[in-house]
Amino acid sequence: MVVGERKPFDEITRMLEGHKKVLVLGCGGCVTVCLTGGQDEVRVLSSQLRMARDKEGNPLEIIEKTVERQCDPEYIDEVQSLVPEVDAVLSMACGAGVQFMAERYTGTPVYPALNTSFVGGSKKEGYYVERCQTCGECKLYYTAGICPIARCSKSLLNGPCGGSTKGKCEIDPEVDCGWQLIIDRLESLGQMDRYEEIMAICDWRSNRDGGPRKMIREDFQR
Amino acid sequence: MSGEIKTDSNLEKILKSGQFAVTGECGPPRGADPEVIRKKCGLLKSNADAFNITDNQTSVVRMSSIASAVIMMQEGLEPVMQMVCRDRNRIAIQSDVLGGAALGIKNMLCLSGDHQKFGDHPQAKNVYDIDSIQLIHTVRQMRDEGKFLSGEEIKGVPRLFIGAAENPFADPFAIRVPRLAKKVAAGVEFIQTQCIFNLNKFKEWMKGVVDRGLHEKVYVLGGVTPFKSFGMARYMAKNVPGMDVPEELLERMKGTPKEKQAEEGITIAVETIHQLREIPGVAGVHIMAIEWEEKVGEIAQKAGLLPRPTV
Ligand code: SF4
Ligand code: SF4
Repeated sequence: MVVGERKPFDEITRMLEGHKKVLVLGCGGCVTVCLTGGQDEVRVLSSQLRMARDKEGNPLEIIEKTVERQCDPEYIDEVQSLVPEVDAVLSMACGAGVQFMAERYTGTPVYPALNTSFVGGSKKEGYYVERCQTCGECKLYYTAGICPIARCSKSLLNGPCGGSTKGKCEIDPEVDCGWQLIIDRLESLGQMDRYEEIMAICDWRSNRDGGPRKMIREDFQR
Repeated sequence: MSGEIKTDSNLEKILKSGQFAVTGECGPPRGADPEVIRKKCGLLKSNADAFNITDNQTSVVRMSSIASAVIMMQEGLEPVMQMVCRDRNRIAIQSDVLGGAALGIKNMLCLSGDHQKFGDHPQAKNVYDIDSIQLIHTVRQMRDEGKFLSGEEIKGVPRLFIGAAENPFADPFAIRVPRLAKKVAAGVEFIQTQCIFNLNKFKEWMKGVVDRGLHEKVYVLGGVTPFKSFGMARYMAKNVPGMDVPEELLERMKGTPKEKQAEEGITIAVETIHQLREIPGVAGVHIMAIEWEEKVGEIAQKAGLLPRPTV
């Protein structure tokens, strides 16, 4: 899932300066799972905002709403009647959701309430870790299912750097060395021969360097 | 190991003539004053066959390694231009290889580079478009096939003697010989190792290198760094990732009176060089006297490595 963290409250209030009525829009997808942008968070943020603005003597009217997914036109159509009522939308989705809203509702400013952080998963509740940097050309076959791009701090493709110490990365004794994990797992799977192959230079065209990416399922086009 | 000389590098000639090579190191200044390098060059001259010019070491901004290398050449020393993958994509790297070679640089060391987190610009966006093994392969292709990574022909190929670093003390240990094998397969011609303090571990690694016959395909230069003080030894033991300083060396430095510690550090370095010369497969030493350039000559002298041969 996409993991996002809520922006600092000050930053959010600054974005909303000058607005009288806003729609705080949650997303029922990834950010609900990682507890940062779902229905509950919409409620909490909205009341914090109301309180802060009341204190200033500059009240803010808020419509609270959460849709299934903001990265899907079908679901954001649902707020069509609400958007004209407000002078800005504060989206609690990931960056994709914010942009889908902005594209759909061109006449209204749409602001992000989250910082979209990474693609990862939950180790346990409330504890999320990065696992993929969406390079567009998955290498996990060679690296025993552990991503060298996301989990090595230098995104090295051909093995550990000289800073790997006792299983930890040179950047921080708390951070696992991605390559130690890869080697351990290759060894335990009896696949060390895969390490000896030189991994070719990455074709980053499948990543951001090829411009915005798209995927089209021809069979679904009408 | 011998073979056809591929470049005009003095270091390559020394190594291919079968003589025990010595390299040193010079850190460029954090400013635009060329005199700093000239001064260091004065201290280093004739004490080694070639001298590494570091490339924004520990991710702190310094004068570029190409520019510093050119100043070094003006002083009559042979530089080894270091090149890290942290700061450049493949376009910038190939461009710098051409530029460095055009300016007369004859040796290049391919490194991944320290993470920017350690430097003076931890906010920087790192690059790591390619890694050090891919960098070796890139330079090799540029020189031997006369081609860019794109496959297009280079008009005027860069003739560089190609080196890399290896750390026998980093983890996982089991991967350290195979990793060298990958560098060799990528086309590296000489290796400078991380500072050697744990000689037993180094010997174990070297045995693995010899068992695989890698020493016949690449020249291994053992890294030697003199301790300036007990404090420095302790710092290196505790705070430098991938550094292995055995307890007994720390004790030895600690047990030496403060004013004698620098001398003791040099004695240890000289002893290390003597031992390295006995290890099968070791082709030379790389003396890294960090911000202590004036001591390289003394160490080389005491280790019986001076005067340097001319080839
Ligand atoms: S190799 Fe690429 S696609 Fe696969 S997990 Fe890593 S970043 Fe994601
Ligand atoms: S220590 Fe490991 S994870 Fe960290 S940069 Fe080096 S190889 Fe990558």
